[in-house]
Amino acid sequence: MGGTPTDLKLIDENGRRLDGRLPDEMRPLKIEAGVLSRADGSAYVEWGLNKVMAAVYGPRECHPRHLQNPERALVQCNYNMASFSVDDRKRPGPDRRSHEISKIISEALTHVVFTEYFPRTSIDVYIEVLQANAGTRCAGLTAASVALADAGVPMRDLVASCAAGKVADTVVVDLAKEEDNFGQADIPLGYVPRTGEIVLLQMDGDLTSDQFNKGISMAMEGCKKVYEVQRDALKRRYEVRSAGTELEVLGAAPAKEGM
Amino acid sequence: MDDSGSKETAREIVVPGELLSTKKMRAGPGTFVEGGKIYAAQLGIKNVRPDGVSVVPLAGQYIPMRDDLVVGKIIDIGPSNWLVDINSPYPAPLHVNEVPWRVEFGETSKFMNVGDIVLLKIVDVSETKRITVSMQDSGLRKLTGGMVVEVSPSKVPRLIGRNGSMIQMLKNETGCRIYVGQNGRIWIDGDLDNIVKAINAIKMIEEEAHSLGLTEKVKKFLEQNTGKGA
Amino acid sequence: MSKDVVADLKRDHIAKLLEKGIRTDGRKFEEMRPLTVETNFIGSAEGSARVRLGDTQVVVGVKLILGEPFADTPNSGVLTTNAELIPMASDTFEGGPPDQESIEVARVIDRGIREGHAVDLDKLCIEPGKEVWIMFVDVHVLDYDGNLFDAANIGANAAFKTAIVPAKRAGKGEDYPLPVKHQPISLTAVKIDGKILVDPSHDEERVADARLTVATIENGNLCAMQKGLDGAFTLDEVFKVVDLSRRIGEDIRSRL
Repeated sequence: MGGTPTDLKLIDENGRRLDGRLPDEMRPLKIEAGVLSRADGSAYVEWGLNKVMAAVYGPRECHPRHLQNPERALVQCNYNMASFSVDDRKRPGPDRRSHEISKIISEALTHVVFTEYFPRTSIDVYIEVLQANAGTRCAGLTAASVALADAGVPMRDLVASCAAGKVADTVVVDLAKEEDNFGQADIPLGYVPRTGEIVLLQMDGDLTSDQFNKGISMAMEGCKKVYEVQRDALKRRYEVRSAGTELEVLGAAPAKEGM
Repeated sequence: MDDSGSKETAREIVVPGELLSTKKMRAGPGTFVEGGKIYAAQLGIKNVRPDGVSVVPLAGQYIPMRDDLVVGKIIDIGPSNWLVDINSPYPAPLHVNEVPWRVEFGETSKFMNVGDIVLLKIVDVSETKRITVSMQDSGLRKLTGGMVVEVSPSKVPRLIGRNGSMIQMLKNETGCRIYVGQNGRIWIDGDLDNIVKAINAIKMIEEEAHSLGLTEKVKKFLEQNTGKGA
Repeated sequence: MSKDVVADLKRDHIAKLLEKGIRTDGRKFEEMRPLTVETNFIGSAEGSARVRLGDTQVVVGVKLILGEPFADTPNSGVLTTNAELIPMASDTFEGGPPDQESIEVARVIDRGIREGHAVDLDKLCIEPGKEVWIMFVDVHVLDYDGNLFDAANIGANAAFKTAIVPAKRAGKGEDYPLPVKHQPISLTAVKIDGKILVDPSHDEERVADARLTVATIENGNLCAMQKGLDGAFTLDEVFKVVDLSRRIGEDIRSRL
């Protein structure tokens, strides 16, 4: 968190933010599920000016072998930023920041996946940030959880993610880039709306305990909205294409004759 | 969201974590129970029966189950077994005691080699997903010639159809020999035009597995199509 | 791994169909897959394009930064091409530093745009011998269903066409459009059992005997080539691919 430059007014006289939002207003969010052909599951997220793709492969045989867990699947996330995703070209390949984000997203997702169903396997989650504008870890976790569901991975729930923070002494939800750069605090949150569980939480900057309370409840409200968009994206993928007749629901135990 | 146990006339797509029922009923495949309530564990179609609720998955890997018929490919050979890829996260060893021939120690490669396609049955799946497969049952064998196509394992029930109706229609209309593995691999043999026709029909079933009136559509397609492209 | 298991059987099937003049997706031998190009896809890049060629999907981003020229070309900007074949795009790609395959892709793309003078590098010189624009062309593969060469080449050309040199941000006067000179378009063909097919899908690439990429510019001149895989071409086959490259290249150019 840097200091506020004097010429940048993060909140104006009317209480509006740089992009015209009110403190509790989120940036527009669009999610599309099942967008890649090779991956087992995928999702594309546009969140404000963020563009993030997530793909899932697995459960599949876990390599390297020494990472295999005889009792459960390993959820391995890889968060990567494209070199052109930021204003100053980023050197390709992982850095310390992306390793850390990969780790905390893996952990957040592991909590909701029924890993015990797939001993010795790995479930590989790839997050590619194509365009970054603050909040990419939230966008990445949001996309990854839709991609996991799209891959048919059994889960307790979807993880939704959203951040809150403090700019110009005001607690706001879903920081944009300038707010992140010149604001006073940031709280990215990963949340399971159904259970109220917090599965990802970071914070940096300076907050009073009241501000923190307000911030985290704003982030939770944000997550609930994100969750609705995630759900819609998954349902939209399988919308009924033709209507009229009653659906023939086939059970999980199909006939084995005739083969 | 809660159902009343009435007969469903419209499909309902559910996502992981979605509430299926607050009633005491059997929680079937694709669901889990938490705090006495039943939730969906997978993206799929909610399937309510008088005795319970389940989710028919719309996607997912093949997870081996006892008695499943699978189309596998041999990927490695040992002196007393073959290692078979069955399109699941778990490769399955096929022991010499589980084949219909008498195989001496070290002579496995005289019978089957890497790359061979085999029709097998899953005889056991252990707690830790160690798989035992067998070729000792009627119809199980090495498959020679033909073509293998892959579909998402979650679409296999649709491809087989109620009481095998879909696959039977496919066989009748194309004259092909077809084996459908529960693992999403389908072996087809026949003359080229008919193989192409069968593959196109299978692709259509896979792509439209969740749409209504599919059987009629496929029937029409098979009657009209003479096999262009594959 | 399991996705590649049926490759041998597919080879047989693909070859049998080709004998009858049919490709597995119903295309003609000299037919490209559907192509869509979305320019200015990435706001943080100076130029960008998302390209879909069938199920293959790539994003190409162009970034320009200030730097020093090479000693032997003091009056020219610097072109650097990089390809990321990330594991998201295919279960056959691995993470980590670029392997031979991604380096070949990057180099073939680079050769096409460099030798075809896609960008007038001399106009990217600010002070000879001291300061020039360094242009990074980054190819990010999202979904791999064959023929990365052409998808990335098309993406690079499309990105150049809309790219802006960020002079103002760097304190070097007003922004101006990237000085585009030519549009070198590449065409890739594979040979399977003596048949020449353009724009191979992943399945076709995997069973192909040989591969040839030919890039041409507007006047039909050739600017770059790359032969790949362990099979061979006859001279007539090479001529045929050159011809196809000119013809199909013209069509693609008209659509950018």
